[in-house]
Amino acid sequence: MRLLTHNMLSSNIKGVTNGFPLRIEPQTITQKPVDFNPDFLKNMFSKIDWKALSDASKIMGYADLPEDVPDQTVLESDEFLKKFHHALLEIHLEEGVLVCPETGRKFPVNKGIPNMLLHEDEV
Amino acid sequence: MPSKIAQIRLVSSHPQVYPPCDDSYALVDALLADRTKLLEHHPTICMEVGCGSGYVITSLALILGSESQNAYYFATDVNPDATKVTRETLEAHGVNAELLTTNIASGIEKRLSGMVDLMVINPPYVPTPEEEVGDSGISAAWAGGENGRSVIDKILPVADNLLSEKGWLYMLFLAENDPLQICLQMNKRGFGSKIVVQRSTEEETLHVIKFWRDPDIQIEGNEGGSSGKTGPHRGWEFLMSQISRLSFRETRQ
Ligand SMILES: C[S@@+](CC[C@H](N)C(=O)[O-])C[C@H]1O[C@@H](n2cnc3c(N)ncnc32)[C@H](O)[C@@H]1O
Repeated sequence: MRLLTHNMLSSNIKGVTNGFPLRIEPQTITQKPVDFNPDFLKNMFSKIDWKALSDASKIMGYADLPEDVPDQTVLESDEFLKKFHHALLEIHLEEGVLVCPETGRKFPVNKGIPNMLLHEDEV
Repeated sequence: MPSKIAQIRLVSSHPQVYPPCDDSYALVDALLADRTKLLEHHPTICMEVGCGSGYVITSLALILGSESQNAYYFATDVNPDATKVTRETLEAHGVNAELLTTNIASGIEKRLSGMVDLMVINPPYVPTPEEEVGDSGISAAWAGGENGRSVIDKILPVADNLLSEKGWLYMLFLAENDPLQICLQMNKRGFGSKIVVQRSTEEETLHVIKFWRDPDIQIEGNEGGSSGKTGPHRGWEFLMSQISRLSFRETRQ
């Protein structure tokens, strides 16, 4: 699971109003290089919850992202885009859990695949 | 130009996971038929719901290929064995997708709303007793409830929510699902529709239908005041022109 996906995931348990972001408890982290694509990053920037990304990235061992939401002008900087690229697309959670911030319910991640299936009483 | 799709010998398998079948081939053939349009469409985020063996999402990634490095792929399945097998199939072909074990798109639907440019879906479409729906093993691959529509009817509003302004959906149906009625229903949500592939085997007649948001279609309950009801609009006429094709399906073996 890339942090891109983490940034799009929220707790789907019935009744939960504040299910984002899921807290990551990493066990195995991997990195896989992908082609740098500035257009995609510029496109995604406005859709990303910055704090969720920078916090998640730190938990995953990469602390180079600014903590505060950067303004649009950073998109002109290649240096910024490369960091954004690395955090969003190249760091993978292979094994671990995602924790619902409201209920503490744990969603397992195995082989890089989060399992968001709910029990009957959670739907 | 021949295009690369997933190779059967590299598609991973598992006793609880639906292997590529005629319906899977029909959907991939539809994507192949529209390859040029898909490349020109430049989808950024693509998604498959119900990825099974991974045959379709892998083929899509290969079809869009290096010319569309910009694309990111998401695939979901309610069957945990299926997402695992899909990962193996993707890896065997050297392509990538973000996988999620979930019911339709639960957990990702909220934040990914309006961001998906291309969706491909081969849903469980076989008419079965309603009780058979809702499992997460191999029977989830086909069990479709009444008229095979139970899961389909849950997926359609989710697809509407996920698709971007320019979003396209390619979805496979069985004749018994009443695809025409589905097109009418999607028309009310503002979608135009078109049959891309139609195929009959001894057991079943399959249709792959493409849906897109048509700005000329007035969405019901959203009339926007002034003129009230408009006359027949383009999307509707377009759909009507296809009805004859649909009703001849039985004779077009
Ligand atoms: C007809 S199979 C298609 C598999 C594969 N896409 C193909 O074309 O070969 C339908 C797939 O949808 C999955 N499925 C059924 N209900 C689902 C649901 N509610 N949410 C997500 N996936 C579902 C099944 O587990 C199965 O893998």
